[in-house]
Amino acid sequence: MMMPLAYYVGLSAIMFVLGIIGVLVRRNALVVFMSLELMFNAANLLFVAFSAYFQLLTGQIFVFFVMTVAAAEVAVGLALMVEIFRTKHSIDLDQMSEMKG
Amino acid sequence: MTAMDWLVILPVLVLSGWALTVLLVDLWIPAKYKFITPLLTVLGLVVTLGLSLSKFGNPQSAFNGMVVVDGFAIFLDFIFLVSGLGAVALAYRYLRRMGIERCEYYSLLMFSISGMMLMTYANDLIMVFLALELLSIPLYVLAGFVRMEVRSEEAALKYFLLGAFSSGFVLYGIGLIFGATSHTELPAVAAAVGKSSANLPMFIVGAALLLVGFGFKQAAVPFHMWSPDVYQGAPSSVTAFMSIGAKAAGFAALMRVFVAAFPSLSADMSWVLWALSALTMIAGNVIAIAQTNIKRLLAYSSIAQTGYLLMAFVPYGNNQVLGDTVAAMLFYLLAYMLTTLGAWAVIIAVEKNGGEGLELKDYAGLGRRHPLLGAAMTIFMVSLIGVPPTLGFWGKFYLFRTALEGGFVWLALIGLLTSLVSAYYYLRVVVIMYMQAGEPETADDLWLRLVALTCAAAVVLLAFMPGSVLSLAVRAVLQIL
Amino acid sequence: MTPVMVVFGLLGVVVILTALGMLLSRNAIYSALFLVLNFATVAVLYIILGAPFISLVQITVYAGSIMVMFLFVIMLLGAERLPGSDRLRRQRWIAAILGLVFVAQVILFIFFRGQLTAPVGTPPATLGSPQAVGTTLFTTYALPFEVTGAILVVATVGAILLTRGAALPYSPIRKEEK
Repeated sequence: MMMPLAYYVGLSAIMFVLGIIGVLVRRNALVVFMSLELMFNAANLLFVAFSAYFQLLTGQIFVFFVMTVAAAEVAVGLALMVEIFRTKHSIDLDQMSEMKG
Repeated sequence: MTAMDWLVILPVLVLSGWALTVLLVDLWIPAKYKFITPLLTVLGLVVTLGLSLSKFGNPQSAFNGMVVVDGFAIFLDFIFLVSGLGAVALAYRYLRRMGIERCEYYSLLMFSISGMMLMTYANDLIMVFLALELLSIPLYVLAGFVRMEVRSEEAALKYFLLGAFSSGFVLYGIGLIFGATSHTELPAVAAAVGKSSANLPMFIVGAALLLVGFGFKQAAVPFHMWSPDVYQGAPSSVTAFMSIGAKAAGFAALMRVFVAAFPSLSADMSWVLWALSALTMIAGNVIAIAQTNIKRLLAYSSIAQTGYLLMAFVPYGNNQVLGDTVAAMLFYLLAYMLTTLGAWAVIIAVEKNGGEGLELKDYAGLGRRHPLLGAAMTIFMVSLIGVPPTLGFWGKFYLFRTALEGGFVWLALIGLLTSLVSAYYYLRVVVIMYMQAGEPETADDLWLRLVALTCAAAVVLLAFMPGSVLSLAVRAVLQIL
Repeated sequence: MTPVMVVFGLLGVVVILTALGMLLSRNAIYSALFLVLNFATVAVLYIILGAPFISLVQITVYAGSIMVMFLFVIMLLGAERLPGSDRLRRQRWIAAILGLVFVAQVILFIFFRGQLTAPVGTPPATLGSPQAVGTTLFTTYALPFEVTGAILVVATVGAILLTRGAALPYSPIRKEEK
C-alpha cells in the first residue's frame, strides 16, 4: 500500500481548483453550491492523506467536523434557495439584477 | 478535560445556553408579551459581559491549550457583546415596524456572538474553523429572514455562497498548514515552523489561502464584492451587527493566526498585507464617493475602515512595535464599533417600510427638523473621517503612528490621503442634512435615539481621555497568552 | 507499477472525470449524480488511506443524505434545466486565470513530485477505527464537538425560520378561512 503523498495532494489540489472554477463560472446556484461541496471534499482528502502520512488522528477528526459543518451549511443553503425560488421562480445568479455587484 | 476547563469558557457556555433557553421560552410567551424576549436577551448579554469582564487580568487556557481566554479575547468580547446589545436595541421596534418580527432573531444573534467569542478564544485551527462557521451560519439566516422580500433573500444567498466559498479557502489553507507542520495547535505550528521542520512552500500557500478566507470575512479589497449588496439587502439592524461583529471576528482570527503562529512568515507576508491594506483604503474610499444610497455608502465606508485596520497588521513581524499595533487595532475597533452602531441607529430611524428613506436626499433637512439626531449623525461622520475631537481621530492617529514606527511611511501617507478623500462623502451627508430643505419623518423610537445619543456621547467624551482607553488596550495586549 | 498505483490511478481518473462532469453537465440532476459518484470514489480512497470510519461517514452523510437532499431540492423546484444557453458568467476572466493556475499546478506537480516522495504507508488498523475516533472525539476534542452541536442547532432553527413562514402569505386559502 505505498503511494507517494504527492499524488494525494495533487489529486486534492485538482479537485479544489475544479471546485473554484465551478463556483465562478456556473450560473445555477445549486450547481455553484455543489462546486462548494467539491472544494470541501478536496480539503477533506488532504486531511485524511496527511492523517495517514503522519499517523495522526487529528486529520480524520477534522474531517468529521467538516462533514458536520457541511451538513449544517447545506440545510441553511438549500432552505435559502427554496425560498428564493418560491419568490422569483429562478435561481439563476445572473438574473439577480435587484442588486448590482 | 476537567470541570475547570469548562469554567474557563463560562461566558460562552452561558451565552449559548441562554440562546437555547430564549428559543424555548419564547414559545410559551403569549403574543401580547413578546417584549419579554428582547428583555431576556439583554439580560443574557449583560450577564455574559459581566462574566467575561471578571476574567480580565487573569489569562487562562483550557482544553490542553485549545482555547485561551486572555486580555485580547476579553477586549474583543466586550466589543461583540456591546454591539449585540446595540443590535437588540436597534431591532426591537424596527422589526415590528417592518412587519418582520421574529423572536428567533434574538436567539440567532446570541449564537452568532458565541461564535465570535469562541473565535477570539481559539488557539487551535480546528476551533478557528468551527467558530467561523458558528458565527457565520446565523448571519446567513439573519441576512435573509425578511421573507417575501427579494432583496433580502438575494443578499442572504449571495452572502451564503461567498461565505461558504471563503470557508472553503480557510479549510484548504488549514489542510495545507496541517500537512506542512503536522499540527493544528497554533503554538505548535509556530514552533514547527521555527524549527524549520515544516514544508515551507506548502505552509506559505496554506497561509495565503487563510488570508484570502479571512479577507472575505473582513471585506478587504479584492474580496469585498459581496459586502455592498449584502449590506444593502439585509435588514438594517442585521447589517449594523454584521458590519461590526463579523469584521472584528475576522480581525481576531487574523491576529491570532498570523501574529501568534506565523511570525516567521512576516518577511513574505508584510508586503502582501501592505498591498491589501493600501488597495482596500483606496478602493473603498473612492467607490464610496459615487454612492447615493446611505446603506451602500456605509458599506464602502466599512470596506475603507477594513483597510485602515489592516494597516495594524503590516508591521506584525516586528516585535518592537507589535504590542503597539495590536493595541492600536483594538482601540480603532472600539471607536469603529461606537461610531458605526450610532450611525446605523440614525439610518434606521430615517428608514421607512419597503426600502424607502435610504437615499441621501431623504436626509435633507434632518439637522434642523431633528437637531439631536442630526448632531449625532454629524459626530459619527466626523469621527469616521478622523477629525478631532472624536474617538475616530485618535483611532487613526494611533494606527498611523504605529505604521510610522514600523517604517511604513508610504502606507501612513496613503491612509492620510484617503482620509481626506473620505471627508468629501462623509461631509456631503452633513451638508445635505443641514443645507438642503426637507421635512424628513423619523421613526418614533426611543431605543434608537438612546443608542444614537449614547454612542455620540461616548465618541466625544472618550476622545478627551484617549490615553486611558489606549492603556486598557495595551493592558489587554500584554495579557496575550 | 504496483497494483496500488493502478488502483489509485483508476480512482483518481474517476474522481477528476466526475468532478469535470459535475462542472460541465447542463442538467443539475446529472451534476448531482456525478458528485455522488465523486464522493463515493473519494470514500474508497479513504479506505486505502486507513480511515474506514471516515469513509463510511462520507458515504452515509455526504453521498447519502447531503446529495439526496440536493436531488430532492432540484426535483422539488424543477430547477434541473438551466434557462437558455449556459453562457459563462462575468467572472470568466477569473476562471481563465484559475485555469492557467491549474495548468501551472499540473506542471509543478510533474516537476516536484520528487519532493514529497515519502510514501503514505498503511497506518495501523487501530488508527482510524471507530473506537479510536470516538475516544478522541470525546476526550481531546470535546469542546469542538460541542461547538458542532451548536452549529447544527443553529442550522436547524435557521432552515425552519427561512422556510416555515413563507408558506403563510403564499396560501390564499388560509387567509380566506381566517
